[in-house]
Amino acid sequence: MSVPHVTVVDYGIGNLYSVQRACETCGATVELTSDRDAIANAERLILPGVGAFADGMSGLRERELVGPLRDYAASGRPLLGICLGMQLLADASEEFGVHEGLGLIHGRVKQIPAITTDGRAQHIPRVGWMSLDPVTESPWEDTPLRNTAPGAYVYLVHSYHFVCDVPSEVLAVSEYGGHRLASAIRAHNVVGFQFHPERSGPEGLRILASFVNDEAR
Amino acid sequence: MNNVRLIARLDVKGPNLIKGVHLEGLRVIGSPHAFARRYYEQGADEIIYIDIVASLYGRSKLTEIVRSAAHDVFVPITVGGGIRSVDDVRELLRAGADKIAINTAAVRRPELVTEIARRFGSQCVVLSIEAKQQAPGRWEVFTDCGRERSGVDVLDWARRGVDLGIGEILVTSIDREGTRKGFDLDLTRTVASAVPVPVIASGGFGAPADLTAVVDAGAAAVAVADAFHFDRFTIPQLRAAAIGAGVPMRVV
Repeated sequence: MSVPHVTVVDYGIGNLYSVQRACETCGATVELTSDRDAIANAERLILPGVGAFADGMSGLRERELVGPLRDYAASGRPLLGICLGMQLLADASEEFGVHEGLGLIHGRVKQIPAITTDGRAQHIPRVGWMSLDPVTESPWEDTPLRNTAPGAYVYLVHSYHFVCDVPSEVLAVSEYGGHRLASAIRAHNVVGFQFHPERSGPEGLRILASFVNDEAR
Repeated sequence: MNNVRLIARLDVKGPNLIKGVHLEGLRVIGSPHAFARRYYEQGADEIIYIDIVASLYGRSKLTEIVRSAAHDVFVPITVGGGIRSVDDVRELLRAGADKIAINTAAVRRPELVTEIARRFGSQCVVLSIEAKQQAPGRWEVFTDCGRERSGVDVLDWARRGVDLGIGEILVTSIDREGTRKGFDLDLTRTVASAVPVPVIASGGFGAPADLTAVVDAGAAAVAVADAFHFDRFTIPQLRAAAIGAGVPMRVV
């Protein structure tokens, strides 16, 4: 089998080195790029990112990457959004005003409730290790979570969360103050992780390896 | 209750991992990279590097230390010491840091915190507070590695930090640091109950009961340094003891 190749979109936001190193540790060669052709020709693509939604979308627009990303997603090849990269897949976000997203997984990004379901104040941002809980029974076959045990711990840090329009597109949730917030979502070939697989220890690397080694379609 | 994070804290000076008492009397322990790798392999939830003389003499080896850590450490890495500008932050994030911790420069020019938070997001800004008790229930912020008084009250500064856009607070008790006498519980409680962001308690860990006590006082995360460096406890031992005492933590 040939060595998998991962193209990581560099749109001026966040720390790409840890994503690069994690993919390399999973056996892939990695290219960081903001080039439209490189994205169009990618074998598999990661959209990383941390920070604010509007900054992320402007980073993509300034580099004229919105169209190429939509075209790439329509090609059926694997696309993974991580953290802000997952949120950018949404139709829109409510972070500091309403902003349009890529619309690759239908849904909206909203603020994490500052109150638990039993009425206590909770920390925002949400920071730490949470368990990945399946939404339905044996739901993770044919997804990058296929080698992951339900309840595995992953690292998240965020103040906004992705609310999917189509409930069956939520692969995993992680509870926060009684709220079940989406941690992994998927629509066909487009996958989003709210958690950071590159920052979730050996478990995270296992998840990333599953994405990296998926047969390219 | 959310999982409490168990963090390995590495204070560095130049290329060396060091350890002091009350942030003074520094002793060289070894290579930061070797220790960080070991802590990652043992299941640390995060790694914090603080270059403890950087604000006095300028940052030297910190970027290189971060880059080598990020090469094979796959948990969040926080870096502090001598950060004075948005460009400093960009350089450290590019080297592989996930968050930066800022103390002295923030006290001198609080707007810097907002500039960093706007550019890179609140999730990557940790306000590092070095606190020294002045009277019962009152602590003063110190800068320059615990050497300089600032005249700023810790509680006021913590609240101000939240308004400026920080995402977490690392509270180090200078009084307890390196003493193994337990965390300053009043300090932790006072800050944690006043802010909506997570508080990382640092300084004074001696025994597993100290961890339980500081979590009860409101700490969302606990930073441990010399107990790990000198192998008085390994991370798995401390994690098991904490879970045994009913502290929620991820199971590694």
